[in-house]
Amino acid sequence: MKAAVVVFPGSNCDRDLAVAFERAGFEVAMVWHKESALPAGVDIVGVPGGFSYGDYLRCGAIAAQSPICKAVVEHANRGGYVIGICNGFQVLTETGVLPGALLRNAGLKYICRSVDLKVTTADSVFTEGYCAGDVISVPIAHHDGNYFGDAETIAKLQGEDRIAFTYCDNPNGAMADIAGILSQNRRVLGMMPHPERAADAAHGGTDGVAVFRALTGIVATA
Amino acid sequence: MKARVHVMLKEGVLDPQGEAVRHALGAMGFDKVSGVRQGKVIDLTLAADSSEADVTDMCEKLLANTVIESYSIELL
Repeated sequence: MKAAVVVFPGSNCDRDLAVAFERAGFEVAMVWHKESALPAGVDIVGVPGGFSYGDYLRCGAIAAQSPICKAVVEHANRGGYVIGICNGFQVLTETGVLPGALLRNAGLKYICRSVDLKVTTADSVFTEGYCAGDVISVPIAHHDGNYFGDAETIAKLQGEDRIAFTYCDNPNGAMADIAGILSQNRRVLGMMPHPERAADAAHGGTDGVAVFRALTGIVATA
Repeated sequence: MKARVHVMLKEGVLDPQGEAVRHALGAMGFDKVSGVRQGKVIDLTLAADSSEADVTDMCEKLLANTVIESYSIELL
């Protein structure tokens, strides 16, 4: 099983994500943003958290136009698995792989603390290690995590059971308390909270491990 | 050729920064302000044979996120 972790200038959760993949049994390749292709045989791509390109223009906007992102979009369009965390989620919405956008937190503050999330669906390779309704504690660390979609987008996400996680106590104003969403084929997950920062006892909790452990069930698709 | 692009959050999209500015103005005694929306201005210096269509393309692909933002183009 092979995972690729994309590294942009300004990424700062890339190595944490790589460790989480490795602990789950993946061979991990770090892929620099200027590369135009993913390594052969990659099963899943991780788009990490951080401040790609300094968050200039809009969070994730410039990263979304980088050479490697074109390859990530193609991988997703071919039915490949992708997980985007925090800035990675922002990048995936900017590429259009996931719907909606992430706005500035409603309270304007950067928020860095653990929050309780409800697992809204167990019907995805990312969440099948949980039961729907489970409450898990995972850190958030963002300034722009306020999920926005128009009424049609939100209704579609709800109707298609594509909301993966919701906040138990909404910290940022996100619509419908959305913390993470799935693509239509359920193979792309974008989430603001950081499961890779809740993946070792030394992190203070291991509620995020199931996200990565469940991924070992995927077979090569791309 | 120069062009100026204005990017604003769409109506109906919460603008917490604009709200914070509105609160600050109110606290300073500017009590006639009922709303503030904050946006971006982007000035482009372009080759002479550029067209407004080129700038529109740039707005659609990068300068604005049309999920949440609207834009207008001014050729200077």
